[in-house]
Amino acid sequence: MYVVVAGGGKVGSNSTRSLVEMGHEVTMIEQRPDRFALLEEEFGPVVMRGDATEISVLERAGIARPPELLLAVTGDDEDNLVIAQIGKEGYGVPKAIARVNDPRNQTHFKLLGIKQTVCATTSILGLVEHELPEHGLVRLLQLQEEGLEIVEVQIVPSSPVAGLRAGGVRLPEGSRLISVFRHGRTELVDDKTVIRPGDQVLAIVQNDAALDLRKALLGAK
Amino acid sequence: MKAVVIGCGRVGSSVAKALHAEGWEVTAVDENEDALMRLGPNWPGGFVLGHGMDTSVLERSGVDGADAAIVATDGDNTNVVIGQVLQKRYDIGTVVVRVLDPARAKFYAERGLNTVCPTQIAISLVLETVQAHAPAPTEAS
Repeated sequence: MYVVVAGGGKVGSNSTRSLVEMGHEVTMIEQRPDRFALLEEEFGPVVMRGDATEISVLERAGIARPPELLLAVTGDDEDNLVIAQIGKEGYGVPKAIARVNDPRNQTHFKLLGIKQTVCATTSILGLVEHELPEHGLVRLLQLQEEGLEIVEVQIVPSSPVAGLRAGGVRLPEGSRLISVFRHGRTELVDDKTVIRPGDQVLAIVQNDAALDLRKALLGAK
Repeated sequence: MKAVVIGCGRVGSSVAKALHAEGWEVTAVDENEDALMRLGPNWPGGFVLGHGMDTSVLERSGVDGADAAIVATDGDNTNVVIGQVLQKRYDIGTVVVRVLDPARAKFYAERGLNTVCPTQIAISLVLETVQAHAPAPTEAS
């Protein structure tokens, strides 16, 4: 497929390298002259110089073809939002993924119609939560467009559901248990599955039901 | 009438002062404290220190329910993003956004944003002035 990558920093250049290795056709846009010179040594004609928020630059990069995928991954959130908007709304790019540098700007992306975003800070915080299981709930995957989230809950001895069959557990609306992981084995949950202390329970929740689910499985704190 | 001016540079500060002189209640927003000096000594309006991308800054400046918001920071992309956020998120009479790049100004104007492009205005004025002073075309003989 054809991919336009706006921004040749660490995220942009490494994505470009991988995409090229996978056999995709890529154009990467970088504005800073010294960074561009460095990238040109490695990427040759794959990289072009310019401000990717300028419509004429995007057009030179082939935005009108349009590419199957646009990655807006500069270090500036406003730039990434504008690049993604021009691509999607102006040229009908089917898929645009924007990088969010400051997680506080995430709501702006959503409000302005850019639903597919990646935010390193949020991902790292997710990993931190994973390493600190006492929080009880780990958000493993967020499907923003679908409004769904896959979460993991570690069952503790004091949990109100410990020892109960899954069929007898009252779950908050918009949540389903998927599987339990114990002693190195995963078991898909059905009504007869008994939930035990030490189990890692995977669940799928809708919208903001994650915290209600934690309350149901671990009790109110 | 209440107005919020986001970005208090040459354009923002002049608009803020002019609206205040006409009797508007004006609050200016800028991330740089020095911007307050552009509003002159004893600025009687409001001033909020902070970035316009920060919704808590926007809310403190009183954008919700304002009659007008003017976005004129020194970044085109910052302006179009703040302008759209203001339009979609708050109840504001008129949102006006300064965009220097004519192409982006046109792109967002076509999508319902009230953009003002000083570059396009300058281009048109320069052309008009040159054309007005050009000698009348001689008839082809």
